[in-house]
Amino acid sequence: MSEKVSTQQAPKLRKDMTKWQWTLREMKVHKVGYLMVAPYYIVFFIFTVVPVFVSLVLSLTQFNMLEMPVFVGVDNYIRLLLDDDIFLLACSNTLIFATMTGPVSYLLCLLFAWFINELTPKIRAVVTLVFYAPSISGQVYLIWQTLFSSDSYGWVNGTLMKLGIISSPILWFQDPDYIMTLVIVVALWTSLGTSFLSFIAGFQVVDKSLYEAASVDGVKNRWQELWYVTLPVMKNQMMFAAIMSITASFGFGAIVTALCGFPSVDYCAHTIMHHLEDYGTQRWEVGYASAIATILFIIMIAANLLVNKMLSKVGK
Amino acid sequence: MKFKIKRRSFNRSVGGDVGINIILIVFGLFMFLPMVYAISQSLKPLDELWMFPPRFLVRNPSLKNYSELFRLMSESWVPFSRYIFNTAFVSVAGTFGHLFLASLAAYAMTKINFPGRKGMFQLIYYSLMFHSTVSALSNFMIMSMLGWIDTYWSLIIPAFGYTLGFYLMKQFMETTVPDSVLESARLDGAKELTIYWRIVMPMVKPAWLTLIVYSFQGLWNSGTSIYIYSEELKTFNYAIQQILAGGIVRSGAAAAATVIMMLVPVTVFVVTQSNIIETMASSGMKD
Repeated sequence: MSEKVSTQQAPKLRKDMTKWQWTLREMKVHKVGYLMVAPYYIVFFIFTVVPVFVSLVLSLTQFNMLEMPVFVGVDNYIRLLLDDDIFLLACSNTLIFATMTGPVSYLLCLLFAWFINELTPKIRAVVTLVFYAPSISGQVYLIWQTLFSSDSYGWVNGTLMKLGIISSPILWFQDPDYIMTLVIVVALWTSLGTSFLSFIAGFQVVDKSLYEAASVDGVKNRWQELWYVTLPVMKNQMMFAAIMSITASFGFGAIVTALCGFPSVDYCAHTIMHHLEDYGTQRWEVGYASAIATILFIIMIAANLLVNKMLSKVGK
Repeated sequence: MKFKIKRRSFNRSVGGDVGINIILIVFGLFMFLPMVYAISQSLKPLDELWMFPPRFLVRNPSLKNYSELFRLMSESWVPFSRYIFNTAFVSVAGTFGHLFLASLAAYAMTKINFPGRKGMFQLIYYSLMFHSTVSALSNFMIMSMLGWIDTYWSLIIPAFGYTLGFYLMKQFMETTVPDSVLESARLDGAKELTIYWRIVMPMVKPAWLTLIVYSFQGLWNSGTSIYIYSEELKTFNYAIQQILAGGIVRSGAAAAATVIMMLVPVTVFVVTQSNIIETMASSGMKD
């Protein structure tokens, strides 16, 4: 597509040149572009791209930050996958968390944004704020710890005891029976973030005349309207929101740590992120931690690419 | 019945409308009540905080917790104004550096046809797909190689390269700035920098407001940085967390601190909401 456009701009030159000569010429003509991109791109590259490669290289070594790294090949990965039971537990916990907070939060974002779009503009702004606020309010999720406090002064325990449902307070964030559920609820509570706003905006810019046309074409109810008209138009938004939701779903380690402590009781809320933190900043086994980071990186990219592939089928 | 249909667009059943409103109210309460509880806790006097059975809402609201919070603040051995200065300095420097560099790069990448720009953007697109926890450890090493550990630089410079801000800016420029305007400016002999600053930047005001808000929120909500050791370089957020970690004795002040931490970003969002939504409208991934 872009090649066609450039051919139109300079049709004579393009034919006499090889591809390389053409590229070189274009580079010279637009060199100011490189100068303008460079400052941002260098910073981005050093702090976002280089670290991924650094951890890939370090994952093949034994390194403690003090002595020189020793090359050990894939030993770290073998140890991680075959000998480390806690890592496997962390993997399954991460998958549970990520599927609950990624796709579920994504669908909630879409559903709520769709419902909110039916409201009048003023109410819409208020309701948007109510749903969005928890995700931007920093550590306000700690209030859940107060609500579910382990003594009888916690509101949930206190109320349940008053009603006579339980006789002694439940240690909500220490009890393996409740930890996962509670943390997932809190994570969902904070998860209506960028994807949610992106959907809110997406619904607002859909061309209203499309709905009229669709109604003439036999679209009968709002579900069909959503599936056949709105979602195909919002496809780009959906891709973006999916990436935001999935990436965020791997970032809830901090919430778990804040609510359940680190490490959590019996490792029952231990995730790959915690395992990484444990080996990286507590035990200083940097090589091993880098192997964990690399695996986590692959999982994240794979999850995103998979979901994007699935989303490209929407409305077909 | 007829009036209902007039107000609504097509394909809307009354039952559906009622259902939607019920769902929104139920989940809205789920989202909202913890916030109310946080505020109510911060207004409770000490005897109400430790009362059985506990009440959801405050009985005799008082601002005592807030004055207690300010007393604690004035007692810290690094003056509290220093923490506030640190946060302000880091946020302002980081945000403006990011805004300037990212919009400059976004302009070049959308509107100047240099070879390689597609590949460059592809890399940024993929980088949206992983969470920064993955690179935290290697970033620490890069920081120490640069000699930036325990300096303001370690907080400010990485904020310049923040990817979501760049991405939103680029998508917004692509959809809202028509090429024809730029072409005619170029024909008049305007330099690219002039076009960027005089023509494009005023057109993308919603996007740079969004960038400012996001960058600010990121810096405001970020926890303790692993790059900073010195107490006098730490931020407001860190100081508040110390108060939050103070346990039972300080639970009143902690509740007040939570509310302050929450009110700042929420207020910023309320003020800029329409601009952010406008920016988000162009956030979609174009193939």
